[in-house]
Amino acid sequence: MGLRNIIGKGLGLGLVRRRKPFSTATCDGDGNGNAKSINLYSAINQALHIALETDNRAFVFGEDVSFGGVFRCTSGLADRFGKARVFNTPLCEQGIVGFGIGLAAMGNRAIAEIQFADYIYPAFDQIVNEAAKFRYRSGNQFNCGGLTIRAPYGAVGHGGHYHSQSPEAFFCHVPGIKVVIPRSPRQAKGLLLSCIRDPNPVVFFEPKWLYRLAVEEVPEDDYMLPLSEAEVIRQGSDITLVGWGAQLSVMEQACNEAENDGISCELIDLKTLLPWDKETVEASVRKTGRVLISHEAPVTGGFGAEISASIVERCFLRVLIPFSVFCLCIITVKLSNYYLLFPLGQNLRSFIGTSNHIFTPLKSQTCLPSPIPSTPPPQNH
Amino acid sequence: MANWLRISSRTVANHIKKRMNKGFMGDAVHVNHSSGLWWGLNRGGPVSDRNRRHMDPLAWNRATLLCVQRFKSTLAEKQHDSFLSSDSDDDNQSVDFPGGKVSYTSEMSFISESSQTRVPCYRVLDDDGDLISDCDFQQVSKEVAVKIYSNMVTLQIMDNIFYEAQRQGRISFYLTSAGEEAISIASAAALTEQDIILPQYREPGVLLWRGFTLQEFADQCFGNKADYGKGRQMPIHYGSKKHNFFTISSPIATQLPQAAGIAYSLKMDNKKACVVSYIGDGGTSEGDFHAGLNFAAVMEAPVVFFCRNNGWAISTNVSEQFRSDGIVVKGRAYGIRSIRVDGNDAVAVYSAVSAAREMAINEQRPILIEALTYRVGHHSTSDDSTKYRQLDEIVYWKKARNPVNRFRNWVQNIGWWSEQEETQLRNSVRKQLLEAIQVAEKTEKPPLSELFTDVYDHPPSNLEEQEKHLRETVTRHPKDYPSDISV
Repeated sequence: MGLRNIIGKGLGLGLVRRRKPFSTATCDGDGNGNAKSINLYSAINQALHIALETDNRAFVFGEDVSFGGVFRCTSGLADRFGKARVFNTPLCEQGIVGFGIGLAAMGNRAIAEIQFADYIYPAFDQIVNEAAKFRYRSGNQFNCGGLTIRAPYGAVGHGGHYHSQSPEAFFCHVPGIKVVIPRSPRQAKGLLLSCIRDPNPVVFFEPKWLYRLAVEEVPEDDYMLPLSEAEVIRQGSDITLVGWGAQLSVMEQACNEAENDGISCELIDLKTLLPWDKETVEASVRKTGRVLISHEAPVTGGFGAEISASIVERCFLRVLIPFSVFCLCIITVKLSNYYLLFPLGQNLRSFIGTSNHIFTPLKSQTCLPSPIPSTPPPQNH
Repeated sequence: MANWLRISSRTVANHIKKRMNKGFMGDAVHVNHSSGLWWGLNRGGPVSDRNRRHMDPLAWNRATLLCVQRFKSTLAEKQHDSFLSSDSDDDNQSVDFPGGKVSYTSEMSFISESSQTRVPCYRVLDDDGDLISDCDFQQVSKEVAVKIYSNMVTLQIMDNIFYEAQRQGRISFYLTSAGEEAISIASAAALTEQDIILPQYREPGVLLWRGFTLQEFADQCFGNKADYGKGRQMPIHYGSKKHNFFTISSPIATQLPQAAGIAYSLKMDNKKACVVSYIGDGGTSEGDFHAGLNFAAVMEAPVVFFCRNNGWAISTNVSEQFRSDGIVVKGRAYGIRSIRVDGNDAVAVYSAVSAAREMAINEQRPILIEALTYRVGHHSTSDDSTKYRQLDEIVYWKKARNPVNRFRNWVQNIGWWSEQEETQLRNSVRKQLLEAIQVAEKTEKPPLSELFTDVYDHPPSNLEEQEKHLRETVTRHPKDYPSDISV
């Protein structure tokens, strides 16, 4: 597997592999500014510089952010903008988010870092009961819309249970917040700036697997990418694949392999999971008649279930044998047998990050007869 | 939390790893001179200066007086203080640890878990409402005193009438301030309108003081169209932007870390204002209590944390809540100056909050106030407190230690209040309230569309879809839905 080799080499040595994992059809930036090849953490860093530069009421804070953060995303910010605006906080996630809510409630842009998404749970109450309901419960007298919570998520390969989780589904059940996950450096910069400037609290999960691994041309200027708009990053006609974040690189690899077998894949990056763009997914599924959803998080109660439920609701008659055609190939980092084999989780990524996990069900699904009926079905079901 | 794992992460830059390991491997004695990491934790300036400030005689003389009284009480406290006062130790006898010098001792001495006597409670008026001689307090003008008293009476009447309205089934829920009237009203009196309030839920007196009208209270409790919260929350969850009173949320203590963030914003804007955040005794057991106090201390944020220790968290007595001498002693562990005050003495509350506010703003630091009081009423209309506490106890606090009666004695003895004014006030407030309730009851409920607004700044397509679906269902089955809500 080519991809696995790239991952192994790239991460094991901590080296930046110059590769362009995504063929983005649309231009993300305005295309006018200078663009440089940078990795994902540098793109985040650029976005934070711009956010602080363009709004003197913006603050960046969290555990160890002052010296640059454990992933270097906040490098240079404290020197540039001062320790009053970029600062360390005590090691207390509920405090970080609660403090951020208060700061945001005073009209500031509070950009809070949770060091790992695995440690966001102490802040769950502040996010779910406070940030998400702040505007609603006050009848729009108060809001904490300036709050953005950044957290690195997902498996890298050696993180074990507590540096590998993908907790996005917990937050997708909460009206009042937005959940955004970028797939690449250019996306990360544009989406993060949109999140910071969005008038609603946002949880922004950063794929830490790609912090150094993913490199692409990123415009140096200030640009924003729309929230709640999915993007078709690969056009195809036989099957729709839906994913987000780091998992898209695995899915793209599977698409390439399928292409060699003559299967034409359409790949959609959801980007914003809450509120998510049902229309783009629906349009694609109506076209291809087959769908495959993949995420790193556990399958039960995962966000893939939400997507599949919506597809059942909206495109039931567009698929030939609905429940066999819906092939939810959901990959989990928490299968217990992996841990029995590798108690330290050292080689976890090499198990979950293979495109064969996706390719095999993809193949079996597309072996079914074409689900598109020769005559269009009635629109009202 | 899993520091070793964070360090071992291969994605963490190598030089950071080295620094962290150095710090964690007992090499810390020299670290604060060599490593930027430790300095990052002390943003307020050099470590030693910060610590010395805590040991300096306090700038505010009244607070000094109280602290001195407290320190001389026990042997344990002396030991504690000698442990802290290591300024005179020569360098060979101390370790230059991150956070400041620590002296060595050959004596194996544990700090006592508590002092032998409890921290005394500051008061100004005795049980009969007479001024205690040689008392240190903030002068209260006639105008302020009369307003405090009038507000306390208004709150009592409001509680009685809303409580009855709930019993008659006209509102769904209510929660009285009985026994704690002095706390919310006298503390509000000591603040300016620019000071920002983060309430728990038993502080409607603050709103009353700031001019929230009886009609506004009634509209919230009835959840009608005029309620600022658009009828979304249970009764008593007030909020008013124009009164700098953040909307109450039911979860306990969540407002405390938020208070630190709001106060940090005031600090950044150089505002001459502070945040006052209220909490009950039960709330101090929450993790957010720790987060709020610690953040405010570290960020040097002007917050006055006001704890109403009324002895009971629903049915849980303070003896089942914590093993410390109440809440006042917890301040020191966070590096926060603290005072215990008689919450049923309006003048003491007023004086302590005035002083706390002044210190919080002038010195840019949090202050902790513990007010001893008693919840004379049930926790709420959903509670019957006679099931878990003695009637004698309730009656004692209601009669002998009543904060409203005590304050009335004081204003009446000075000659600022009369029997005639009392009767007039009570009649007038009762009349206004009954009118307010009638109006609130007749005012229509918020329309169905308000169920979906304000979740986000604009309703996204998924909520529009859900709203459309709900409207269709209501139209199809109108009998299943309330008739007084416009679709």
